[in-house]
Amino acid sequence: MNKLISIEEAVNHIEDGMTVMIGGFLAVGAPIRLIDALVEKGVKDLTLVVNDTAFIDTGVGKLIVNKQVKKVIASHIGTNKETGRQMNEGEIEVELVPQGTLTERMRAAGFGLGGILTPTGVNTMVEEGKKKIEVEGKEYLLELPLKADVALIKGAKVDKKGNILYNKTAQNFNPTMATAAGTVIVEADEVVEIGEIDPNVVMTPNIFVTYIVDGGAK
Amino acid sequence: MDKNKVKEIIAKRVAQEMKDGDVINLGIGLPTLVANYISDDIDVILQSENGFVGIGPSPKEGEEDLDLTNAGGQLVTIKKGGAFFDSATSFGIIRGGHVNATVLGALQVDSKGNLANWMIPGKMVPGMGGAMDLVVGAKKVIVAMTHTAKGSPKILKECNLPLTAAGQVDLIVTEMGVMEVTDKGLLLKELGPGVTIEDIKAATEAELIISEDLKEMEI
Repeated sequence: MNKLISIEEAVNHIEDGMTVMIGGFLAVGAPIRLIDALVEKGVKDLTLVVNDTAFIDTGVGKLIVNKQVKKVIASHIGTNKETGRQMNEGEIEVELVPQGTLTERMRAAGFGLGGILTPTGVNTMVEEGKKKIEVEGKEYLLELPLKADVALIKGAKVDKKGNILYNKTAQNFNPTMATAAGTVIVEADEVVEIGEIDPNVVMTPNIFVTYIVDGGAK
Repeated sequence: MDKNKVKEIIAKRVAQEMKDGDVINLGIGLPTLVANYISDDIDVILQSENGFVGIGPSPKEGEEDLDLTNAGGQLVTIKKGGAFFDSATSFGIIRGGHVNATVLGALQVDSKGNLANWMIPGKMVPGMGGAMDLVVGAKKVIVAMTHTAKGSPKILKECNLPLTAAGQVDLIVTEMGVMEVTDKGLLLKELGPGVTIEDIKAATEAELIISEDLKEMEI
């Protein structure tokens, strides 16, 4: 099975109204070329699941500026003024989730769990509408799984089978997102032949990856 | 007092809380400065919630790596023996109690150890990022901030902004003093350089219990 496809083919898997996870932390480790192709394609009414909305001219921030997003689920939107403006004008819905809860909700979806119990957010606004559960005398919030139609992630080195190595802090949300979406597309800085990555050091196993695009960074 | 001098006093005093072998998370802004004053005699491991332990200094010109930033997005380096990981592991480290102390700024903090530092409804809604997890998960929560906001108290009887976490703050360090959160309220343990009890009381809305061992900060 050939997983290596062009960027144009890759973005054809994303349609109006879909929920899309996109890796990256302030655009570090974000699949920049896939995002640019999405901007060009102009799909709209997306629900984005991201750590943050990056900057107006970088990373997923461009999708916000281009008004392709109807809802954002993120831990931080403060570095992109346009997200805040659209939120205040009622043009976009924003669900703020604590960063650790965000990653665990994705992990729950990807790993077959019905939710997770976290102490984060107890007795704050975050607990509104959520079930509080006491375990051994301590209160936790039940946070539900979060999955997506498509995840767009970035790897540093990816073999043609889809085994991924990440680089430094460009790892962030990418490995967890790879488990939590129906279709997972990885943008590789470098695509290598099968066998060139030692199975001992694989960071995301190939079975999670649906398609690979060559980002051409190397 | 000069703004930079104020920050220096706070950062120097917070740095004294660090112990050999501690894993520490420093928040963005003033807390980041603490790293400059940690004693060379101890080994403190700085954690960055975007995914590594062993934060080193800013890179030299020409040695920047766009794949290596801190949680504020600034280019940094990693010390020898450091380690990278994904966000799930990073927040496992944070929530799991593997961070000895976190140092954060505050908009408001109160006598019960409640902290508000993530939003001002209708004005500033950047999101909580990793702050809620850090404050709940770290063994010790140190608030490092200027004592007042343009003269108005930030240390209150009760926070009125949305909370980051309830009852999690252990220590408050400002340029005017060091206060410990106790069951009975805020215990004033140290005064800043040249600050009197009357000065700090006037700049604080919460009641201050004066420690029997009250002393001046040694910085």
